[in-house]
Amino acid sequence: MIKINKRIVSEHGISEDEFKLIKEILQREPNLLELGIFSVMWSEHCSYKSTKKWLKTLPTSGEKVICGPGENAGIIDIGDNEAIVFKMESHNHPSFIEPYQGAATGVGGIMRDVFTMGARPIANLNSLRFGSPKHPKTKQLLSGVIKGIGDYGNCVGIPTVGGECDFHESYNNNILVNAMCIGLVKKNKIFYSIAKGSGNPIIYVGAKTGRDGIHGATMASAEFDDHSEDSRPQVQVGDPFMEKLLLESCQELMKEDAIIAIQDMGAAGLTSSSFEMASKGSCGVKLFLDKVPCREDKMTPYEMMLSETQERMLMVIKPSKIKSTLRVFKKWGLEAAEIGVITKTGNMEIFFNNSLVGNLPIKPLADSSPEYDRPSEKPFIKFKKENHKNFSIKSALIKIISSPNHSSKKWIYHQYDRSVMCDTYFSSEQSDSAVIRVHNSSKAIAVTCDCNPIYCNSDPKLGAEIGVAESWRNLIASGAEPIAITDNLNFGNPEKKEIMYQIKEAIKGIKTACEALNYPVVSGNVSLYNETKNKSIFPTPVIGGVGVIKNISRSKGLRMNEGDKIFIVGNSHGHLELSEFNRICNKNYGSPPPLDLKEEIKNGTFVRNFMKKHNSIVTGCHDISEGGIILALAELAIRNEKGLNIKIPSNVKNSKNWLFGEDQSRYLLIVNNEDIIKKVAKKENIKLQEIATVGGDKFCIIKKFEISVKKLIKYNNIWFENFIET
Amino acid sequence: MPKKVVSIVVFPGSNCDRDLDIAVQKYMNVNTELVWHDDPNIKNQEMIFIPGGFSFGDYLRSGALATKSPAMKEVIRLSKKGVPIIGICNGFQILTECKLLDGALIDNCKRLFICKENFVKIENKNTPFTKNIHKNVVQFPIAHAQGRFYTSEDNLKRLEDNNQIVFKYSSRDGKINKSENPNGSMNNIAGIINKNKNILGLMPHPERAVNFSEDNDGISFFRGLQNLL
Repeated sequence: MIKINKRIVSEHGISEDEFKLIKEILQREPNLLELGIFSVMWSEHCSYKSTKKWLKTLPTSGEKVICGPGENAGIIDIGDNEAIVFKMESHNHPSFIEPYQGAATGVGGIMRDVFTMGARPIANLNSLRFGSPKHPKTKQLLSGVIKGIGDYGNCVGIPTVGGECDFHESYNNNILVNAMCIGLVKKNKIFYSIAKGSGNPIIYVGAKTGRDGIHGATMASAEFDDHSEDSRPQVQVGDPFMEKLLLESCQELMKEDAIIAIQDMGAAGLTSSSFEMASKGSCGVKLFLDKVPCREDKMTPYEMMLSETQERMLMVIKPSKIKSTLRVFKKWGLEAAEIGVITKTGNMEIFFNNSLVGNLPIKPLADSSPEYDRPSEKPFIKFKKENHKNFSIKSALIKIISSPNHSSKKWIYHQYDRSVMCDTYFSSEQSDSAVIRVHNSSKAIAVTCDCNPIYCNSDPKLGAEIGVAESWRNLIASGAEPIAITDNLNFGNPEKKEIMYQIKEAIKGIKTACEALNYPVVSGNVSLYNETKNKSIFPTPVIGGVGVIKNISRSKGLRMNEGDKIFIVGNSHGHLELSEFNRICNKNYGSPPPLDLKEEIKNGTFVRNFMKKHNSIVTGCHDISEGGIILALAELAIRNEKGLNIKIPSNVKNSKNWLFGEDQSRYLLIVNNEDIIKKVAKKENIKLQEIATVGGDKFCIIKKFEISVKKLIKYNNIWFENFIET
Repeated sequence: MPKKVVSIVVFPGSNCDRDLDIAVQKYMNVNTELVWHDDPNIKNQEMIFIPGGFSFGDYLRSGALATKSPAMKEVIRLSKKGVPIIGICNGFQILTECKLLDGALIDNCKRLFICKENFVKIENKNTPFTKNIHKNVVQFPIAHAQGRFYTSEDNLKRLEDNNQIVFKYSSRDGKINKSENPNGSMNNIAGIINKNKNILGLMPHPERAVNFSEDNDGISFFRGLQNLL
């Protein structure tokens, strides 16, 4: 037996204080297996030890919330005995080391979180951040990640309908891959992970356990260095076919009254799934590791407990249903085994070769996981001195629409099956949020992912608030009632004061905006230590927003017709600091635009009600965000292949500021009747400005410049084509 | 009169079976029976569909493993008796792997999965599968990684001489040229039939073109199949 020494303890990422606590809990020294279990259960990834204190402050309940954070995913009520299950999760570190498998298994993991709860996944989204396009690794990472996401979702047959993909040098050595999945479930057919009933059998099903991914959760909780690529064996390999079989067999089994509790084996594999189920049900577990289906010879209990082999599930089954359960899995060609039993002891007793090889108290291990109030300090942001550039309106617009972040993402989304399942009404290039019909109904779900790390880096609280508000706005613009969010908090090393400051402030921002907008957080994920060689990524709290559309015909997307008029809803002040415009001019300093949540609600409510009451008048709707009014208009022209005649209001003093300013809480409404919208806006005291008429084949700003829409489209397509093909 | 019943063969990894099932029931006015791959008997022999997806994960070659299923052996037997058979996407791949249809479907020219709306010209309207479609060009989405039709020059000539090429990727107005070819298929081929005209394979997905609007072209495709029953 290996003797536990200081070196082994520190190799497991356990601090001296934590090791002391372990000995207190056990009243003895742990053996290697037990130490391994503690290390994954108490890793940042599984225990949220640096953020728990702050996450607790987030609003998580509401009229429509069925299940908040803590389960496999969050659940909201959408009426008619139906519910939506959703969550976002990161797979950043594995995707940097092995982009194809890292991204693929990220998608697989989040889908299992959703279908574990009884839901059928109906859409996938992803939020991606890559390094500078000039960085030598970026192209290969981009290709691998996109193919990994596509191949996995396409094979399982779940449409990938949207997301975001940005490039920034702060991600050069630490890309972000955040995958989101939403699923549909009958309200009375939701499954939870609360183990119950002493004597009930524990069934293992899915892929055989191998040595892949051992200590993946610990890896996700450490910084990168030059040798990080040596940790490739810690990256798991995805098998979407196995996932499809698991999905269908679970759906079939869920129709029978067999499952008491179910949990997928994600990060920290058999360890976290068994501990979490038992801890939630306040019961004990006996595991017989000899019965675990193994892919490789001579696997040790340590390896079996910590393996992160993908596409595996653990469930507690009613004893009377064992036979029918095994029959279902056999039909789908899946390996299933009874590997344990629920007990009353409150302990995890692990047996191997007829001897007890590990014995841990479940509640204390789960409940007394460390919780830190780490010190924080506002960082001083140094700005690089750069030579400022100047652009005309026309050349700035062309520069922005042909820039990596704003050029057409066709190359990406063409690799995603967006039409399988036949319920995709809009994927996210057609509308501010993706719109998915609720099968066999006239209802739909709108879903979007948003974050502006540039804003967050300058002011994490305001930046996060804007992220929440933008997702809310994107849902409104698609005709939806915003319901709830999932968040994926990506930050650097929390042991550094300035990073901890970013984390605390961002969570404060999310809290402020979610409370004001009545937009609770129902699930989420935290990814820390996104650093390489001491250099952190920009703070990136990604918001995944979900809304409901009562009648799908209310959702208009980015459409516009010849002769329509376009109006700006909301106040335009011309805030240029940190805007796309200032950034192309090399002015990378300043503050994000201010956000008035009262105004956000006022404008949003106006747009939503107007789209509802005057459905036939509204042709389309688009929110105004990065790039300001002019980019929002250009996107409409490109999307519809139609011209616009744009007239800047006569009282505008500085047209550059006005066109490119990124003031918040604004929308473009495209209507076929100008009188009614003017009347309603006046009555409700909403700021409304006419900006453009749809027509012709030119994008024309009267008295400034014009450019053919064909040319705009060409500029919009050119960057990705060149980047990938050269 | 009770509705007629058509069969849809389902493999582990099929993922367009539900979409196809819905379209067939709704627009062909029939009932369906889903035949699990290991079933050697296909009771309902009015018409057989092989749906899209990734049968057995497509881990060997797309469609290759599915050819060994008991249900496929029965499909092969019934095909000789003239039973109408339609394979869509992975179904087309399976039919070529079984040699029920000519040629092979290889990696798209850019070696990437491609999903987009595409126009398809009906090259041969004189087939039982296409004679009731009024339009000359239809819009069906495609979604595949291996959809590039390939065969020998001799075979290609034979297919053309026998009018076995049914669908070609085209522009909105039916022009057939390289820029409208999404995957590098020989001569823009998107779908073919066998010599006896009872087996159709196509890469585009008509079952995905039946939603949200009554004008969608998948509807006329399925309605048009009713005359085969």
